[in-house]
Amino acid sequence: MTLQGWILIIAFAGILLALTKPVGLWLFALYEGRRTPLHAVLGPVEAGFYKLAGIDPAAEQGWRRYAVHMLVFNFVLMLFTYGILRLQGVLPGNPQGLAGLGEHLSFNTAISFTTNTNWQSYGGESTMSNLSQMLGLAIHNFLSAATGIALAFALFRGFARRSAATIGNFWADATRITLYLLLPLCVLLTLVYIANGVPQTLAGTVDLSTLEGARQTLALGPVASQEAIKLLGTNGGGFFNVNSAHPFENPNAITNLVQMLSIFVIGFGLTWTFGKAVGNTRQGWAILSAMLILFLAGVTITYWQEAAGNPILHQLGVAGGNMEGKEVRFGIAASALFSVITTAASCGAVNAMHDSFTAIGGMVPLINMQLGEVVVGGVGAGIYGFLLFAILAVFVAGLMVGRTPEYVGKKIEAKEVKLAVLAIATLPLLILGFTALASVTEAGLAGPLNKGPHGFSEILYAFTSATANNGSAFAGLTANTPFYNGLLGIAMWLGRFFIIVPMLAIAGSLAAKSHTPESAGSFPTTGGLWVGLLVGIILIIGGLTFLPSLALGPIADHLAMIHGQTF
Amino acid sequence: MGNDFTSALRPAIVMTILFAILLGIGYPLVMTGIGQSLFPSQANGSLVRDSGGNVIGSTIVGQAFTSDRYFQTRPSAAGDGYDGVASSGSNLGPAAQALADRVGADAEKRRAEGVAGALPADLVTASGSGLDPDLSPEAALVQVPRIASARGLTEGRVRALVTEQTAHPLLGFIGEKRVNVLAINRELDRLRASPDR
Repeated sequence: MTLQGWILIIAFAGILLALTKPVGLWLFALYEGRRTPLHAVLGPVEAGFYKLAGIDPAAEQGWRRYAVHMLVFNFVLMLFTYGILRLQGVLPGNPQGLAGLGEHLSFNTAISFTTNTNWQSYGGESTMSNLSQMLGLAIHNFLSAATGIALAFALFRGFARRSAATIGNFWADATRITLYLLLPLCVLLTLVYIANGVPQTLAGTVDLSTLEGARQTLALGPVASQEAIKLLGTNGGGFFNVNSAHPFENPNAITNLVQMLSIFVIGFGLTWTFGKAVGNTRQGWAILSAMLILFLAGVTITYWQEAAGNPILHQLGVAGGNMEGKEVRFGIAASALFSVITTAASCGAVNAMHDSFTAIGGMVPLINMQLGEVVVGGVGAGIYGFLLFAILAVFVAGLMVGRTPEYVGKKIEAKEVKLAVLAIATLPLLILGFTALASVTEAGLAGPLNKGPHGFSEILYAFTSATANNGSAFAGLTANTPFYNGLLGIAMWLGRFFIIVPMLAIAGSLAAKSHTPESAGSFPTTGGLWVGLLVGIILIIGGLTFLPSLALGPIADHLAMIHGQTF
Repeated sequence: MGNDFTSALRPAIVMTILFAILLGIGYPLVMTGIGQSLFPSQANGSLVRDSGGNVIGSTIVGQAFTSDRYFQTRPSAAGDGYDGVASSGSNLGPAAQALADRVGADAEKRRAEGVAGALPADLVTASGSGLDPDLSPEAALVQVPRIASARGLTEGRVRALVTEQTAHPLLGFIGEKRVNVLAINRELDRLRASPDR
């Protein structure tokens, strides 16, 4: 580890903390449906959309209607993309003349982008036409992100409203977030990326003859516009196979820093918005503190392990840290930092190959996802996932002192706790169930590239990434098979919506409750004790659930690595 | 519930179409227009041309260099090496025998060239993209004796070129020290042509 590396990590966190309140304020304006300066330009677009679609943005929805409208919209979007991918071969915008995608790959990819996962069983440059990238995929990058933030708003309203039957209007939330937050920021970010060398063209490829006289073909395309939303919306689906490790997606250290900041900035802001919505911004800072503790612990472990390097390569006379799968322009610190950010959030973009990380360095991204991506998390999904853990934490605290638990002015009762447990249990059931299935079937065992415990890690990582809607991979796994495309598709769909529906039910139940004023008997949810309890609950639930599987994969891999045992 | 579902259909279908036009077509096309007019070189891949106007590479994408007369690029897992339409890392795990074999073979090759001491990690490891355009200054410096002898230049001259071509981190912490391999190799070719060699 170097001083330079640590300065980067600290500067990164510092910039985000400075942005938290401004971004939170902007999000709060959208949460409240207030007018923003951008309404002057985009207001007519918003009004026009509502008019054509027959939407009354002021019509409040109960949690069931909010949930059904969100689900139907997402389902239609998924069918739309499925159609485009299947028909790619006959649609325009295909300068490379690529064929349409097969059934199971289209199924997997359509679900993947709808659920904000952006798991990619394919290599972008050799599979997707420009039109598929723009129309089939980028649209989800915006709308799955907007859906996530809208859902967080709905849950915030559950906590903030008193004796209310409704939690907002899904269409108004999703449209405002897209028009007044995501799209304008993406226009700015796209220009930053193009200026730094990310291509933005409708051309498909360029042929050239290298300095040594060899032929090289470079894939191009409308990359920059895709990059901007890929990171800001914590989607993570790359234009090219290797994602942000590709020089055309992430040409230098400046774009790398901008990408890392983009992944976290909305998640940070939403914690402040939550505090503001429930009338005490310290509630938001307490949540952010717990997230930061878990985040910095992860960064420290991964950076330390990657900088320490691989003893097996040291034996061969290679110096220093682990550079397999990493780019020189990012080095070890920015690669380790990126890997922890992208899995703490549900982004899944990568600037280095996680499969080639040291065993423990690669275990941290895995754990981040297994904790439910609540460490900042995906846009919207992070904070609503975190609030489920907060409900469990006040419940545990209530058991310890023998009182009815309360959180930000709402009594937490059996119904909320049951629903929270239902949502949280989705993750281990799917991850461990599917991993077990893949580990004992021929079709599952055909997937891993690596042998020994690392092969198991590849399977575990895939189902973890899919269920948690991350999308990063231990990319050695051959996933473009009916077995993996099918099971991972199911894992992504259930992992997204089996958490969302109970979460919205909680929002509806909380909204209906009256306000419980804080009393001397209330457990304070702003101080250090609360932050410690939150961190503890998250780690205990994640730790107890997944430790055995980690022992079979990364921990066994680490022991092999330090003893020079190869597979 | 039934009413919730039917009332969702029209907004869902119409909003899908409207957002598809705005976000899937309008946004990328407008950005392409702006990008092409403001930053035409970058928007088209930062291509480098030789004096005859032929494209010889991109400043930001790596290409294979295997000759003794050039700084050689890192091992690449993209296709057969530096394939610009098949970016890929090796994805080998830390305890993979295949990794140890590959690194061991590359290390032996460097030893045969006379490189002593510890090998810079990036020189014998595959990058994430398979298209890494850079080398660390250390990985460039260990290649200096081979290049100097192949080109009949003094080692000092080639070493000075490495120093000159080393890019430094912005503000001291954003980025890593690195040498762009295509740029330094073009400089090598110019050295040969210059009269004072």
